[in-house]
Formats: sequence, structure tokens, C-alpha cells
Amino acid sequence: MQMLSLKASGGQDQTPKAQVESSSSIPMVVLKVFFPSCCSSAESGLLVGHWIPEQNSAVILAVVHFPFIPVQVKQYLSEVRQVTQVNVSVLGTWSNCKKKEESLSEFLEDLGTIFSHEPWIQLCKETDSKFWSCSIIQKHPSTPKEDEIILVYYDQRKVMLSHLHPPGNLTNSTDHKAEDASKLAILFDTVAKSKVLFMKDRYDDGPIKLTHWQSEGVEASIIVELMKQASIPVCMLLTFLLSFVSSVCKSRVLKFWPLSFIWSKLSTCEQLGHRLEHLQVISSNRKAQNQPQLMRKANIFVSLLADVALGILLMSWLYRKNRIGHLADTLIPAADHVAKELQDLLQWLMGVPAGLKMNRALDQVLGRFFLYHIHLWISYIHLMSPFIEMILWYVGLSACLGLTVALSILSDIIALLTFHIYCFYVYGARLYCLKIYGLSSLWRLFRGKKWNVLRQRVDSCSYDLDQLFIGTLLFTILLFLLPTTALYYLVFTLLRLLVVVVQGLIHLLVDLIDSLPLYSILLRLCRSYRLAAGVKFRVLEQKTGKPLRLLMQINPLSYGSVVQTYRLPTYSCYPKDSWGSLCKKLFLGELIYPWKHKGEKQD
Amino acid sequence: MEERGDRTALQCRQYSASCREFSVRCQPVQLRSLSAATCSVWLAAYWLFVLTQNSMVLSTAIFITLIGLIVYLHFVKIDQESLLVIASLGIQMTSSYASGKENTTFIEMSRVKDVVINEAICMQKVIYYLCILLRDPLDPQSVSEVVPLFQSSKPRLNCLVEVYRSCQEILEQRKTVSQTL
Repeated sequence: MQMLSLKASGGQDQTPKAQVESSSSIPMVVLKVFFPSCCSSAESGLLVGHWIPEQNSAVILAVVHFPFIPVQVKQYLSEVRQVTQVNVSVLGTWSNCKKKEESLSEFLEDLGTIFSHEPWIQLCKETDSKFWSCSIIQKHPSTPKEDEIILVYYDQRKVMLSHLHPPGNLTNSTDHKAEDASKLAILFDTVAKSKVLFMKDRYDDGPIKLTHWQSEGVEASIIVELMKQASIPVCMLLTFLLSFVSSVCKSRVLKFWPLSFIWSKLSTCEQLGHRLEHLQVISSNRKAQNQPQLMRKANIFVSLLADVALGILLMSWLYRKNRIGHLADTLIPAADHVAKELQDLLQWLMGVPAGLKMNRALDQVLGRFFLYHIHLWISYIHLMSPFIEMILWYVGLSACLGLTVALSILSDIIALLTFHIYCFYVYGARLYCLKIYGLSSLWRLFRGKKWNVLRQRVDSCSYDLDQLFIGTLLFTILLFLLPTTALYYLVFTLLRLLVVVVQGLIHLLVDLIDSLPLYSILLRLCRSYRLAAGVKFRVLEQKTGKPLRLLMQINPLSYGSVVQTYRLPTYSCYPKDSWGSLCKKLFLGELIYPWKHKGEKQD
Repeated sequence: MEERGDRTALQCRQYSASCREFSVRCQPVQLRSLSAATCSVWLAAYWLFVLTQNSMVLSTAIFITLIGLIVYLHFVKIDQESLLVIASLGIQMTSSYASGKENTTFIEMSRVKDVVINEAICMQKVIYYLCILLRDPLDPQSVSEVVPLFQSSKPRLNCLVEVYRSCQEILEQRKTVSQTL
């Protein structure tokens, strides 16, 4: 049984129905005042901000203190309006005093006649009270209405620095009208554009004294400024170097057929090209136009730094205690071991594998053919063995270019060392493929049918007796030789798939390192207000008769959305075929190239 | 037809004429189930220890229990769900977890089309849930998204009806306001 308890607690009881009906007959106009929390302790003065009539809300940006000359205030505000394109004006008065003084309140009302604004907001705070009073003066009230006022406090610095990420479905529509646009986005926009208003601090000798979040002094960091100054010559140097490198890469010498084929197959070259592109993006002289571009540049930069740092760490670990020498020493015995295992496997296949009875003659032929290949391969490896250590030593140096480059080199080394498995797979697959096609064609002959190439369908056909005889004979031979070929094909396909899976895992890791937006994640961790998914409101202590007080805080983006929004694009490789078509290709013996790279033409 | 469920408590607060908050409190973490889970994990670990004589098993079991408890309290067990409706600003949903973490979502009033009670057929049960209908920015008459409320605390129909009535009163205010402007 469920227990339901309805407790009405807090300031007011729930209004009974009758009262609700009467209040709903008088339309309530709600006025929202967004007040910066840094101005709560400011001295009395004028409220300066932006009035948004469509939303009936006032965004207070700063407080102008006494003494001031109204003409100068108006002039300053018109200058600010021109620079920021934000309609900044005097919205009302702010009084912060120990107790209500009649003379001050009269003076403040008189100010309303000098700076005419509709509506004129008067905020009043007593020094030792939490609750403020707010009154609105309307010169031309069009309809009799009760004004409800909501005071929303916001942290000006955080709202100015933060970037709002609207939910996914709103970002796609670019042609919606202004009133449909997010109300919060307008608020964030207003504060962000009014940067120039926040440049004046209280130590400036000017006719106007303002209070805002920077009025204690403009914030700046020496390190950031120095880096900004240093980045220009560094960028120019980098651009020059990169143009030199890319001109070398694009030279005709490297484009001849064998070399271009090799470059396209090696994943190291692709990774290096990708990183070159990244460096070009960073070193370009154009300033980032908008926030996504800036974040992208920052992400690429931090990601590159992290990559190079990890690569140098790896290199220092490899070269310490001559580990790379040990690696080179174990490489040849490992390759020998693999070859020996393959030989044992072939001997097993040539015997009675898993109790299956093979066709002896074909078995011996295929077995000896593959064994000879392995023998060639081992001789080739032994020929290379004196140079392996030196090659590996120099290749290991390239790990300083980044961990991703080191992983790509590892993937390429695996591909080179298992080249014989790839060759065996191709031989086995071709043989099996021929057999399957032959069988299917002769099976049609067996039944008296033929494949019509013109019509792309199976037609019946009358064969001569000798054609039928030869066809049936060949069909029988191929059919009885099928198990042997199929077994060889199966074994080598499994080995090939194993190698492909290992390479795929390495590529996945490289992709992950390439595309992870490290700067955005760090920003979300340390300065979570910069990436805002929205806002959240908290209701502060209430008092009857006083306006409703809310605290607006920034709701940061979740880590998943951060990664999704700021992911760096990569040349990712993903499976070309679905499971179904992959199985079909395996069954028919077609060669499979399981990974498709972005940018490759479809075949 | 019988009604089944856990104990829940609904609390309504009215801060002003256009601002109301509804919080539903779920069942707190039971000591019974907690001790049952811990005991079963440790018994299994002790049995494994007797089999394998490896003391690593026991420390792993303690580790798993601690991590599991922290994950449960921080990511799974929701203590209280609340709905704050402000007529001119929007609707805010907060879920607070047993470890104190709060997860908040705020939907602006311009995106809200209506608040309704839907019924859903779930295996052999019929459940009622309160949801917010969001407006499609391209087509103001159609609904682009349905956001269900109070998903973990799942209050009963009588609670939902109270919340629904209060929400409708507030939503009507914004209609009258938009008619006068």
C-alpha cells in the first residue's frame, strides 16, 4: 500500500481554489530583473543594462555611482552602444543604505525624469536585511495589471566567459525567428558582448565610476600575454617549415608507381599526413572566428602535445637499459617461432587433420607448395637479421613524433612480419574461389541449365553428350577435391582474420588518441562554467510582500556531450561490410579487405 | 485491480503566485538489503578463498564491495526528485542521489507545450507518468519531444493528479499573459 502524505511547508500555504480562480482572471505581468551578484554590495547609484521588451526582462550590467553628470553618462552609454551593438541604457536606480531616507528616495525619483526609461526600476536594499524591495514605475500603464517581480541573481564573470550549448534539435534550425530563439542565449549574448563596459575599473580617472565584476581591477595573466606575443613568430616559423616539408612530400619523385602504392598501404604515412594537417591548422595566421573553431585549434594543440609527450616517454623507456636491443634480439627468434608453428600446422594438414581424410595427392602438392614459401620466408628473415637492430634503433627514434606514430609503425611491422600469412590467404582464397565458381557452373550443367550473360539469369540449355560427359567428370573431380581446398582455405582465413583483428585494435587505439578532445575535457574538469548546457535555478529565502528571489547558476555540459560535440575528425577506418555480406564473401572465397578508410573510393 | 508500490511522499511548496516546487521522496536505502548484498559477496569470496587458498580473493571482495557501494550511492540510488515550475522562466527537474549529487535539467517556457499524464502498458502493468510535451521550433502545433518526469520515484496517480492540477494553473497564467501582451 502506498502512503501519500501531502505536506505544504515553507512560506505560504497552497492557495485554495477560489482564490486561484480570482487571481487567474487578473492577468499577471511578470517582470524579471537579472542582477549581477557582484553588485549586491555596491553603493547607491544608477542601474545600467539592457531591457528586453519581448521577454519583459531587464539585464543589469553595472551600477553607476554618485557623483555623475547625466550628460556625460548619456554620452558614455551611447559610445558603448555603438561599440558593442547592445542597447545599453539606464534602467533605474539602486539604493543601498542603512535605513530608508526620505530625501534619497525623492532624489532617486527625480532621476527618473532625467533618464526616462519605460519601465523605471527602483531597487532598494537595507544594509542588514537579506530581502530587497523592488518597485516599478510605469508612466503609461496600458491595462490595469499586477506586476510580479522576479529577481534573478547571476554570476557575471561566469556568464560572460561561458559558451551556451543549446540542445541538439535547436542547433540544426538556422532560420527560426528571433522570438523563438532561446531566451537564455540572448541573456548570455548580451553579457558577453558588453565586454567593453567591463574594461573600466574603479582606479580609472574618468567622470564615470562603475561597479561590475571587474571593477576591482581588470584581470589578466602575464603568462597568457607572453604566450600570445611569442606565438606569432613561432607560428610563422612553423608555417615556413611545414610548407617546406609539404613541398617535399608533394614532389613528383615520390609519386612514381611502386612508391605511391607503398605509401598508400603503410598506415604510418597516413598518420604522419594527418598530423601534418593538424600542424597546418594550428600554425595558420588567421584568428579563430568563433568558439567551435577556437576549441578545435586548442584541442588539436593539446592533443598533439600529449601525443608527443607520451611518445617521448615511450622512447625514453625503450632506449633505457637497451631495451630496443633486446627487442631486436627477440624479433628474429619470434619470427622463426611463427614460421616453425606454421610448418607444424602444414604437416598436420598434410596428415590426417582432425580425423578428416584428405585427398593425398592434392594435399601433398599444396602442403609442399606452402612449405617452400615458408622456407623462402625464413631465409629472407635470416638475411635481414644483421640489420634488424640498426633499423629498429632508427625507427624507434621516430616515436618522438608521437605515440600514434609509434603505434602505426608497430601495426606496419606486424603487417610486414605476417606477410607470408597474407600470401597464403590469397593463394588459398583464389584456389577456393575458382573451385566454387567451377562447381556452381558445372552444377548447372549437371542439371541441364546455363548462365545467360546477356539476360543475367539461368536458362535451360541442351548440351551434347560429350559436353555432358566431360562436365560431369570435372564436376565429380572438383566436388571430391573440395574438402581439402576448403580446409586449407579455412585455416589460412582464420589466421588472416586474427592478424586483421590485431591490426584493427591498434588502429582503434590510434583513432582514439587522435580524436579525443583533451582540452575540452580538461576545461570541463577545471573550469566547468565555460561549457554550459544550460542554467539551473535555486529559490532563495522568501518573504511575503518582497519579490521572488532566485539564484541562477550554470549547468555544465556532461562529459559525454563534451566528447561528442568537440570530437576531432579523423581518417577513421571502419568495417566496410556488414556481418551478412562478410560471411557471404568468406563463403564464396572472395578476397576481403575488411577496413575501409574515409576518402577511399567505393568499389 | 490492486495497487502495489513503495512508499513515497509528495511535498508541494508555493513560493509565489507563479512559482511552485513539487518534491517526491523515494524510499531510502534499506539497511537490510545492503547487509544482505555485502554478506552474499563476502560469503562467495570466502568460499573461493577456501577453494584456492589465495588471500587476494578476500581483498578483491572488499574492494569490489566498497567500489560497488560508492557507485550505487553516487550513480544509481535516487533519493528525491523535484520539479520547480516558474511561470515566466521555465520548468526545472532535479534528481538528487543518495551521495548528495544533484542532476538538474532546465527547460525554458517557450519550449514547453503542455504538461500531461500519460499511461503506459508495461508487461502486465499499467503505469501512469507525468510528462512535459516540448514544442517543435519549426512547427508550433506539433510535439517534438516527450520528457517524462519522476522516473525513479514513480509516484501514484493521486500524487500525479495533484501535481498536474498545480502545473496547469501555472501554465494557464502564461497563456493569459501572452494574450494580454
